[in-house]
Amino acid sequence: MSFFDGLRFRRVSSPIHNLDPRIKFIYACVIFAVAIIFWQLLPLVALFVLQIPLVLVAGVKRQWIRSMKGAAFLASIIFFTNFFVSFMSAGYRVTFTALESALAMTLRFLVLLGSFSIFFLTTSPDHLGLALEQSRVPYEFCFAFTTAVRFVPVLAEEAQTIMDAQKARGLELEKGNFLKRVRNYIPILIPLIVSAIRRSLELAEAMESRAWGATKKRTNLYVLKLRRGDYLFAAITAGILAAAIFIRLHFYIPRLEELLTGTI
Amino acid sequence: MIEVEDVYFTYPSGVEALKGVSLTIRDGEFVAIMGENGAGKTTLVKHFNGLLKPTRGRVLVDGVETTKVSVATLARKVGFVFQNPDHQLFCETVDEEIAFALKNFGFNQDVIEKRVSWALNLLGLSQYRKTSPFMLSGGERKRVALASVLAWDPKILILDEPTIGQDYQQKEKLRQFILQMNAQEKTVVIVTHDVEFVAECNPRVLLMRGGKIVADGEARKVLTNPEVLEQASIVPPQIAQIFLNLSDLGFPRDVIDVYEAREVLLKAFRSQKQ
Repeated sequence: MSFFDGLRFRRVSSPIHNLDPRIKFIYACVIFAVAIIFWQLLPLVALFVLQIPLVLVAGVKRQWIRSMKGAAFLASIIFFTNFFVSFMSAGYRVTFTALESALAMTLRFLVLLGSFSIFFLTTSPDHLGLALEQSRVPYEFCFAFTTAVRFVPVLAEEAQTIMDAQKARGLELEKGNFLKRVRNYIPILIPLIVSAIRRSLELAEAMESRAWGATKKRTNLYVLKLRRGDYLFAAITAGILAAAIFIRLHFYIPRLEELLTGTI
Repeated sequence: MIEVEDVYFTYPSGVEALKGVSLTIRDGEFVAIMGENGAGKTTLVKHFNGLLKPTRGRVLVDGVETTKVSVATLARKVGFVFQNPDHQLFCETVDEEIAFALKNFGFNQDVIEKRVSWALNLLGLSQYRKTSPFMLSGGERKRVALASVLAWDPKILILDEPTIGQDYQQKEKLRQFILQMNAQEKTVVIVTHDVEFVAECNPRVLLMRGGKIVADGEARKVLTNPEVLEQASIVPPQIAQIFLNLSDLGFPRDVIDVYEAREVLLKAFRSQKQ
């Protein structure tokens, strides 16, 4: 569950929290795009380090580190599969190229996760929905999306309760071989799914009784407006993108081998 | 016997739910744990079968520390019926549902069949044997959940909010049933907000507030003490409210039972007539 913890919003105030969610989303996408156009280790490391000041300003250091730790397992899988594929295609020899490309792939994943983790940690589901709505996404979709996001922690908590209830009836999740272990989760999954369906029906009734969809044109109490800070952050984002493209086209980026052996 | 020794518990989220709880529940006792929402009642009882392990202090069940054994091992001794039956029902039929725990504990087929029939019969569910638990009403589902725990005949029974969503008749059945269990030397622990239900049962009452026990004693003493009740955000039972207001007329203050109240009042009327 620690992986989800890193994506869970906490209501605090910081310069990053107060930014317009649309700009933050564009920032996360730009960082991802930049991570894709480079395949060398050096710029990817720089990109990763670039996220750290943002995390510190937002004051979400603990949660961010936790989500990175949660991703460590997946990251190591990405590293080893990439490394083994290039290891085998290079005729079972460990080469710097293999090492670098595997590390780069892993770092790309971490950069992607890191930047989106900042986005989710500092954006409330309400703001997210508002941003979608103001980007002319139909309200039904926005509502479905924000509801889904909001119910993730509820579902996680419910799963924990169900696990407790079944453990109290003598269920041992970690017992048996692989197949048996998978089957052990049936008593957890069925109540979880049934209660999720029940809840969604109840939610639908509650919404209808509060006149959901009564008017075609909805108005909002809060309207997102770009402020000075948002323009500044947008400029920084554009700067990063421009600089990255410029460096990619006009500069030679040293590879891992050259860095380590000093033959530039 | 359950011994709780100076237990502190903090959830991973950082909420400190228990702040130094000590108590002993002897075999065959009937205990009601009461208190406002978030007082730590459910957190405390989850320590009794090892679902939660104390952050500090220790919990012993029959002399065995809960950190030393698995929940499944403890569950054999300590049956725990959760508040919401929908959190545990998953089988296609009611009898499979009840057999689930028995299979987990490794009973053999003959015993399982006997126990399932016994539990169904005990809670008046025999006619639903082959029905899907999801087709039953809320109250019936709650009884299936109870039956599924009773089936393995645990020595200690914990019921979390057993009276929620039950009509008067079912509550009365539940009360009879708990008293019957109690008569068989079983330990029964209930967590509840239902002060009238507790008043009718007259168990030992533990009042909790902010992760601590603020009162511990007979129901007729605790539920007639306005100061501690107010601390735990509990309204005294109706009979107790009447008698608390009548105390300046020379009536006893510690009456919570309807029949006892009737006797006291009748005696007073009779003596007045003479």
